[in-house]
Amino acid sequence: MTPLLAQAQESMTRAELLADDPLWLILMKAVVLMLVGPILTVVLIVGERKIVGRMQNRPGPNRVGPFGMLQSIADAIKLPFKEQVIPDTADRKVYFLAPVIAVVPALIGLAAIPFGPEVSIFGERTVLQLVELPVSVLLVLAGASVGVYGIVLAGWASGSPYPLLGGMRSAAQVISYEIAMGLAIIGVALYAQSLATGDIVEAQASGWYFYLLLPSFVIYLISMVGETNRAPFDLPEAESELVGGFHTEYSSMKFAMFFLAEYTNMVIVSAFATTLFLGGWMFPFVGLDSPLNQGWWPVLWFFAKMAVLLFGFIWLRGTLPRFRYDQFMKLGWKVLVPAGLVWLVLIALVRAIRNDGNVSTGQILVIGGIAIVVVVLLTLLIPEKRVEDDDSVPITGGGHPVPPLDLKVPETTPRSKALKAKAKSAKRTAALASTKEGSDGDL
Amino acid sequence: MTQSALFLAQAGAEATVSTGEAISFWVLGPIAVAGALGMIFARNAVHSALWLVLTMLSLGMLYLIQQAPFLGFTQIIVYTGAIMMLFLFVLMMVGRESSDSVVEVLRGQRLTAAVLGIGVAGVLAGALTRALTDVTPAPPLDPWSPEGGGAGGLGRLIFTDYLFPFELTSALLITAGMGAMVLTFTDRHAKTGKRSQRELVVARFRGEYERPSPKPGPGVFATSNSVATPALLPDGSVAPESLSELIESTSAARLEAERKQVTGETPQPDAHALVGSEQDAAKSAEAEREDGDR
Repeated sequence: MTPLLAQAQESMTRAELLADDPLWLILMKAVVLMLVGPILTVVLIVGERKIVGRMQNRPGPNRVGPFGMLQSIADAIKLPFKEQVIPDTADRKVYFLAPVIAVVPALIGLAAIPFGPEVSIFGERTVLQLVELPVSVLLVLAGASVGVYGIVLAGWASGSPYPLLGGMRSAAQVISYEIAMGLAIIGVALYAQSLATGDIVEAQASGWYFYLLLPSFVIYLISMVGETNRAPFDLPEAESELVGGFHTEYSSMKFAMFFLAEYTNMVIVSAFATTLFLGGWMFPFVGLDSPLNQGWWPVLWFFAKMAVLLFGFIWLRGTLPRFRYDQFMKLGWKVLVPAGLVWLVLIALVRAIRNDGNVSTGQILVIGGIAIVVVVLLTLLIPEKRVEDDDSVPITGGGHPVPPLDLKVPETTPRSKALKAKAKSAKRTAALASTKEGSDGDL
Repeated sequence: MTQSALFLAQAGAEATVSTGEAISFWVLGPIAVAGALGMIFARNAVHSALWLVLTMLSLGMLYLIQQAPFLGFTQIIVYTGAIMMLFLFVLMMVGRESSDSVVEVLRGQRLTAAVLGIGVAGVLAGALTRALTDVTPAPPLDPWSPEGGGAGGLGRLIFTDYLFPFELTSALLITAGMGAMVLTFTDRHAKTGKRSQRELVVARFRGEYERPSPKPGPGVFATSNSVATPALLPDGSVAPESLSELIESTSAARLEAERKQVTGETPQPDAHALVGSEQDAAKSAEAEREDGDR
């Protein structure tokens, strides 16, 4: 109870600082935050193309600007001026609305992310965060859940089968993976005893949650890739199956908006992961009062951590093949959600024991260790699954063509015969030539 | 519970509606009502669902403005994000053109609906009159403290004073989930279960299905790459399965303009011109107008 109150007290100061912001400062922060998404999108697109190019042994874009670094700017200028093609069967109102619905929540999400500690902007003390709510974590989640509407409606409004399939996949995907993501976040909330992002970062001063809550972190990482429809979970836009998925029928500016939404969502989930698990704006191994954690430096640490996660996204795309849809659902419902639930119960248990106060960390570790050993021993007692052992070798129908057991491999092959014949004829001609030469000599 | 009651009792005396709250109410309230009306009157089921989403979002906003951010975001995540999304999902599965059937399936449906409708109208009217006459504004909440409506206080109430209703609700939800699973479960190993891919292949060759192979695709010839081109059988006759029903049933008049364009009967712009001649522009404008009229 006491830590909860103490943290509430601290966050009051953080929230109060934000509440004191004059209007110009709020507007300035809002504009900067609005720009973070699009600017990072531009950087990410060219970065992704270059990095994936390097991973596949090709140069990537290298024409526009030095090392092709201005490629996305050229694309960004080009896209809005392309022709808009609107399908005849499209539901026009929803068709126009969908890209907007996809983009706007994505741009809102960054508002609740703390980018740094207390700083002074033009003499005004403030916190590098647009808004601090007691439940800012939910703001990010709500943004994600509304953003899916954009994709689903785009798929439906296009009035053609492939986009519809993409939209349906996306809906199912996001709903399933939001559950796993929520479970991972609950673990953090239980440990930090708060749903406010600023508090969660400050609660990590004693240790970042990515190693304290490793299972939560892993579940979050997987589900964040699923949530943003990125490879290997990019089933809603699987180009080998669905042409372009939900945005097949979109062109010009509206297509650009979907692009913007996708990359901004990547930025948001990475920023969120940084906040929840990687200590937010804090520098590793130093206390909150170290000069490295004061002033504007933390913004750099924050973006560095985020860049690592974004690189991970690109790395995944360059490495892994796309999941099949049923495998993907199986992973979500049969692995991530149960694992998240079990882990959640464990966390709650540990917290309950901790809050009792009579038990030390050592005791928890010892008892936990004993419990794990017992569980491992119990699993050893489970009889191994019998594999039917028959000597028959599958002749056909094993899924892979296998030659029959009594296959006679001929000693000679047509090729070896031909080779032999060739060698023979060569020898004969050589012999003929030599006899000719010899007879010549005789003469 | 006692704490929150205390809190409510303390601040209840001189709470008023602030200007900001009033403004946001008069902005969001009409939007919510418009959404509800749109939901009822929209012809298309998906549009209907979208109007309802608008209502739910504005309700969520109202909660946020009234210092209940947890409730507001939960509303957005759970209702807008999950439940309406599932609804949309089902609507899309059913198809966009499906219209309501007007046949009464349940006996006495209209009578029951009328009685219930009148009842709901009465309740609404009562609530409205009460809201307009003798409701004192609630004190502003403080979402930062568990006692003032924060998530912590809510959780404590759920797991202490309201544990039994909470457990009942969860039992209800679990029952519903189990019911859905039981109803949709198909045992693959049962006799009537779903066939595996291999069993399907065998069954197809045994003649249990129409044909062992997939239907032939459209023929693609040197003169045309249209999907309407039929595939030809070895004897040169048209394979009837390769004809697309969709294309066959599209009226020829609708495709006439495109056909003309493809065959080159329409005047082409000069190869060197950047834009078509003015005559073409006028023609195409006219065609567009006709399109719009139709």
